[in-house]
Amino acid sequence: MLLSLFYIFIFPGFLFLSIYGLLLEFLDRKLYARFQNRIGPPWFQPFADFIKLIGKEAIVPASAEKIMFRILPAFALASVSAVILYVPLWSTGALFSFRSDLIVVLYLLTIPTITFFIAGWVSTSLYSTLGSVRTLTQLFAYEVPLFMALLGPALLAGSWSISEIASFYHEHPLLILFNIPGFIVAIIAMQGKLERVPFDIPEAETEIVAGSFTEYSGRYLALFRMTVDIEMIVLVSLVAAIFFPFYAQGNVALGIVLYLLKTVILVFILALIRSLMARLRIEQMVKFCWKYLAPAAILQIIVDLLVKGVL
Amino acid sequence: MGRIEIPLGPQHPALKEPANFRLYLEGERIAASNVALGYNHRGVEKACEQRTYIEDMYLIERVCGICSHSHSSCFISAVEEIAKLEVPKRAKYIRMIIGELERIHSHLLWLGVAAHEIGFDTLFMYSWRDREVVMDILAMLSGNRVNYAINKVGGVRRDISEEQKEQVLKAVDILEERTRYYIDIVYSETTLIGRLKDVGKLSYEDAVRFGAAGPVARASGVDRDTRRDDPYLAYDEIPFNVITDDHCDVLGRTIVRAKELMESYKIIRFALKNLPEGDITTRSPRRIPAGEALSRYEAPRGEDVHYVRANGTDKPERVKLRAPTLANWASITNMLDGGYLADVPIVVAAIDPCISCTDRAILIRYPDSRNENLMDWNSLRKYSIDFYKNKGFNAKNIRMNIK
Repeated sequence: MLLSLFYIFIFPGFLFLSIYGLLLEFLDRKLYARFQNRIGPPWFQPFADFIKLIGKEAIVPASAEKIMFRILPAFALASVSAVILYVPLWSTGALFSFRSDLIVVLYLLTIPTITFFIAGWVSTSLYSTLGSVRTLTQLFAYEVPLFMALLGPALLAGSWSISEIASFYHEHPLLILFNIPGFIVAIIAMQGKLERVPFDIPEAETEIVAGSFTEYSGRYLALFRMTVDIEMIVLVSLVAAIFFPFYAQGNVALGIVLYLLKTVILVFILALIRSLMARLRIEQMVKFCWKYLAPAAILQIIVDLLVKGVL
Repeated sequence: MGRIEIPLGPQHPALKEPANFRLYLEGERIAASNVALGYNHRGVEKACEQRTYIEDMYLIERVCGICSHSHSSCFISAVEEIAKLEVPKRAKYIRMIIGELERIHSHLLWLGVAAHEIGFDTLFMYSWRDREVVMDILAMLSGNRVNYAINKVGGVRRDISEEQKEQVLKAVDILEERTRYYIDIVYSETTLIGRLKDVGKLSYEDAVRFGAAGPVARASGVDRDTRRDDPYLAYDEIPFNVITDDHCDVLGRTIVRAKELMESYKIIRFALKNLPEGDITTRSPRRIPAGEALSRYEAPRGEDVHYVRANGTDKPERVKLRAPTLANWASITNMLDGGYLADVPIVVAAIDPCISCTDRAILIRYPDSRNENLMDWNSLRKYSIDFYKNKGFNAKNIRMNIK
């Protein structure tokens, strides 16, 4: 019982996630800045931003639904934080795992996006409403390719449990070469999930101010920003567990170093994509996802089924 | 979703200056739009009439922060024409060099703003970094990064030395290399082209009909450039091409501006190489004889027009300025209609609007939308009294003790 509480609140639960999330946000911002030939923020900038936001006045619009408006940020944060318990970090086994936990993880990862939609909707401001409609439209475009990209490797491993998938690929490391299309699809779909360029359409600041979060301020906004940071670690960890299954079995310290290395590499790729492109329009984004990303994900599944048939 | 009305502005992150766009949306598409100016009226023309020509130079220079030299050159050539002053050739060349440097600085700034509007922040940071090169050159030549104050009636204030010439040429080389890179990006980067192509269409006929000016007109294939059509300063002695493009959209406007940068480098090189010897200024009278003049100048954003009427005193009787944005303003609703909401910022940014330069008047209509007439003074006064009464504030109850 005590150990479970430690897992949930300290490591790798909430405390670790918040600190590492803010550090990864710093890394992302610093890399983004360096790619743009800027100096970038100091390492504690995300922490300072977070603390300052927490201390600011939180304004709730008069026409918003007060209770929903207040509880949604906590709801989003809780659902993304829960995911980390099912994802293998430093060894092939996650802290908790059961059959088909991959489905639960994907489900939990959809909740924050739905929360952003509802948050924008209950704010009742025009820009929030537009932002939330865009959030939902975008969800329908990237969610299917992302799911299929993650399900392909699962088919090949013959299990719906992330821990079992990780240990399968740990034993057959060469098989991950067949999953490269899925990896590319997952990376691109992650940009959509995290609402980053070129898919930062729901919070395009020059068009609709801040999208769903336009009316949010103070600690509610701080929680939402934390949610996005944690969502990034969780997604990066999930992709690392499925596509980079290299673990130092038995050696926890080396395992953690490997884990950190994998997440840093993935954040580097994400920051690179973000700095190379312009923002797409929503209809271009949907077209791109269904025309190129979804077929690529289906290709991944076909490849995995063929390989499984041959083996 | 049904038809919803979205107010964009007067305060909005996409707008650097206050303007109001009323957009009627069907989903993400714009069914109709309406634009309004009048939030930034500063009374520059009236202020000019109350000051001497020398003071006016400071005022006119501050009409616009970006094309300050354009406005002051345009004004000063009208004044010099009235006074029949013969400006030394070297002064003309220096004015022209500063003018072209200003065009470079303005176009690079525009490229950054446009990139930011479509979420391409890397290009934004790059082009603004390179803009620093030309800003430093301007600071070296004139002493200021903006509002160069190089013009005076009858000439210029500062000369260009040999060392400065070399530094300018060196900077132009750097900028030319960077600009080639940007032109390459504009032609090859997929997401950029995806966001700019077929956005904000303005056909050749519409560009002529709405009287578009500058890069907006040239991107619609209208071959119009004051520097060639009605040469001022020494542009008739300098070989350069007028860039036109037939994309008729925002991509075309980007290409025109990027290629105009290359032409500006050519002009600066030629002007520095053939910089005539001689004085940089002539004696000018404080009182300008009676007369009137209209002067045209190709500012970075389009044709700038100044009209000055003198009455023999040291103050002008009437000054009228038309900033290039006003010429392009009429075509905005035409470009917006039928487009996407996501494209509004880039379409508006593509005319490179300079709203406070453009605002010359405020029109106040009746608050209820049915009455489209302008409010007269009495009803405006009555409206304001009622407005405060509704807030529980009655002016009649206030007693002031003035001793």
